[in-house]
Amino acid sequence: MNGVALNRTTVERSIAFAALLLVALWPLLFGAHTYWVSYVLTQTFVMGIAASSLILLSAYAGMVSLAQVALYGISAYVLGNIVAKGEAKGLHLGWNPWFGVVLAILITTAVAVLFGAVASRSSGIYFLMITLTYGVIAYSFFLSVTIFGGFSGIAGMDSYTPSLVGLPNAEPARLYYIALVVSILVYALFRYVVRTPFGLALQGLRDEPVRMTSLGYNVPLHRTLAFALAGFVASLAGILYSWSIGAVAPQTIDLGATVDLLIIAVIGGLRRIEGAWVGAFAFVVINNYVRDVSVPVVGGSFNTIIGLIFLAIVIISPDGLMGLWNNLTRPFLDQRGGGSPSAPVETKAAVSGAGP
Amino acid sequence: LSALVAGRPLQLAARWSAVIAVVFALGWVLFYAQSTNFGPLVDDPRNFSVTLLNGLTLAGLLFIVASGFALIFGLMRVVNMAHGSFYLIGGYIAYNIQQWMTNGGDLFVPSSSINTWEWVVPAIVAAACIAGIGLVVQQAFIRWTQGQELRQALITIAISVIVADQVIAHFHEGLSRSTSWPGYVNKYLDLHVYGLHYSLARLTVLALGVAIGVALWVWLYRTRTGMVIRAGVDDRHMTSALGVNIQRTFAIAFVVGSALAAFGAAVGTAQTSIGTGRDGEWLLNSLIVVIIGGMGSIFGAVAGSILYGLVTSFSAAYLPTTGDNCCTQYSVVFTFILLALVLGFRPQGLFGRAA
Repeated sequence: MNGVALNRTTVERSIAFAALLLVALWPLLFGAHTYWVSYVLTQTFVMGIAASSLILLSAYAGMVSLAQVALYGISAYVLGNIVAKGEAKGLHLGWNPWFGVVLAILITTAVAVLFGAVASRSSGIYFLMITLTYGVIAYSFFLSVTIFGGFSGIAGMDSYTPSLVGLPNAEPARLYYIALVVSILVYALFRYVVRTPFGLALQGLRDEPVRMTSLGYNVPLHRTLAFALAGFVASLAGILYSWSIGAVAPQTIDLGATVDLLIIAVIGGLRRIEGAWVGAFAFVVINNYVRDVSVPVVGGSFNTIIGLIFLAIVIISPDGLMGLWNNLTRPFLDQRGGGSPSAPVETKAAVSGAGP
Repeated sequence: LSALVAGRPLQLAARWSAVIAVVFALGWVLFYAQSTNFGPLVDDPRNFSVTLLNGLTLAGLLFIVASGFALIFGLMRVVNMAHGSFYLIGGYIAYNIQQWMTNGGDLFVPSSSINTWEWVVPAIVAAACIAGIGLVVQQAFIRWTQGQELRQALITIAISVIVADQVIAHFHEGLSRSTSWPGYVNKYLDLHVYGLHYSLARLTVLALGVAIGVALWVWLYRTRTGMVIRAGVDDRHMTSALGVNIQRTFAIAFVVGSALAAFGAAVGTAQTSIGTGRDGEWLLNSLIVVIIGGMGSIFGAVAGSILYGLVTSFSAAYLPTTGDNCCTQYSVVFTFILLALVLGFRPQGLFGRAA
């Protein structure tokens, strides 16, 4: 406004570029065989991809999905059953790893179409409830069905990666860069999709589902397709997850994991896709460094702290760190091109969530 | 594509698959069911009766817990994600009180040394404690976020995360514990039908569910408070404009709903056990009952509980067994199928009204 280039878009792009440069050079600067590369940043990328699929749905389609963890778990399970050999639990088919990747993506996306279709005539809080039941049903399924891995899940999946990925324990930098590139591609894909007619229609049905129906849009079909897209991205997260952790078990997708991903998305902010990786970074860092702390006075462990942080964020800044950033920088930065969808998540959920 | 869009393919597919699935399931249970543990109804009516009773008694417990969830959701549009946590704490409180009354020393107390009061008092104390906790949660977190459904769901999820961890810290490390029914309940009753002997404890669960249902019906349909609550479900702004203190009504509904979770927990702890993980299980159960039954009336909760209870019990008994295992491990898939069938026909649930 005052002639200085303190435009929000410019500032945010500069920060994003600097952060990207830093993470791109990180293994070269600080060494690849480090705790930070394997356990903090790679995990940040993987969880960020999963959380971005949740945020896409909530920010642009008004659908808060708690099934994203179940979907990436299904992807990891499909991959594990196909690629593992010999003594491994599950089907241990021992097929080509790339074939496993393709099938994991296809099956997960197909399940997402089914899940999305069943919930497609519901919105708002109903959608959240229905997708939560998907999450718990998927968990119970993998917990009880022994032919796909059963109670202890499938271990040793990091030995059956494609040659491009190599062995994540021996060459962590490869998986690091793959996860980084996939993160960037997913972000670019989402930014592209929300500008297409399909993406605009999603934002329309987020705000005015009834009006969109009378305009001739098939609202359930759009919701189903959006859910399928998010399921596709969640399947990528599941594949990267199983390569980096090397195992998948029912505990990977239990209610706690479902809530963790929701916490990541909420910490980041349910309104901006970038928030997924910001939230994932904050969560993974807290997760790694507060793990062994015990809570004074009331007792309890790490989870009490996470729960209290989550509660504080929902009460103080419902739009998470990205919302906090928007608010704090508002006096200094021009409002143009904020990059966030205009509708506040809260009020929209309240209005559209009144009925399916 | 335009043909697909015009024909609403998802709904049509859902409806037809619903009809086919129901017909197939009935035919299967009646006549075929060869590779299952139980055999078809025409050959073995005894097993069928047991499965039916199992489903109905499970529905009794489902109703006690889920009716509390449905009451809060129907009136206040609050999805109380901490409902399972209330169940978890309630179960442990009931256990601790029964231990304290019988000097059990954290060991299992056999039913034979439990009298009526040693079961009833723990259940009432648990319900009272959780009613208090519910009131605090409602006043501290729910009241000022009214109308912000997503935020309320997130707040109660945060509470459930904290509660799950605090329970591990303060209640027997979250390990599995169970209370005991009074001695005279813990036996098998001769039903004089197909020579059936059936657990009196399970029938008691069903009776308690029916009693709670009748009490709720009388409360909601025959008293002034209930009338106000039903008016609030229909239109809370208009009810408030008519001079009703709707905040007081909200508080009452939240207290009763929370107390029902704890009373259900007292029943469930005697029937099975309490421990870490039960919170998620009972949140899921409550969600499914409300999604199937629809919000806004206790009949929805009744229908949801019965359908879900029957599907759970029949899918566990009448599915072909897999591999070298005894059990129908994939029966949980049928919970999803039930959900899909109901939502295909009625996205607002069986007794729900389109808003």
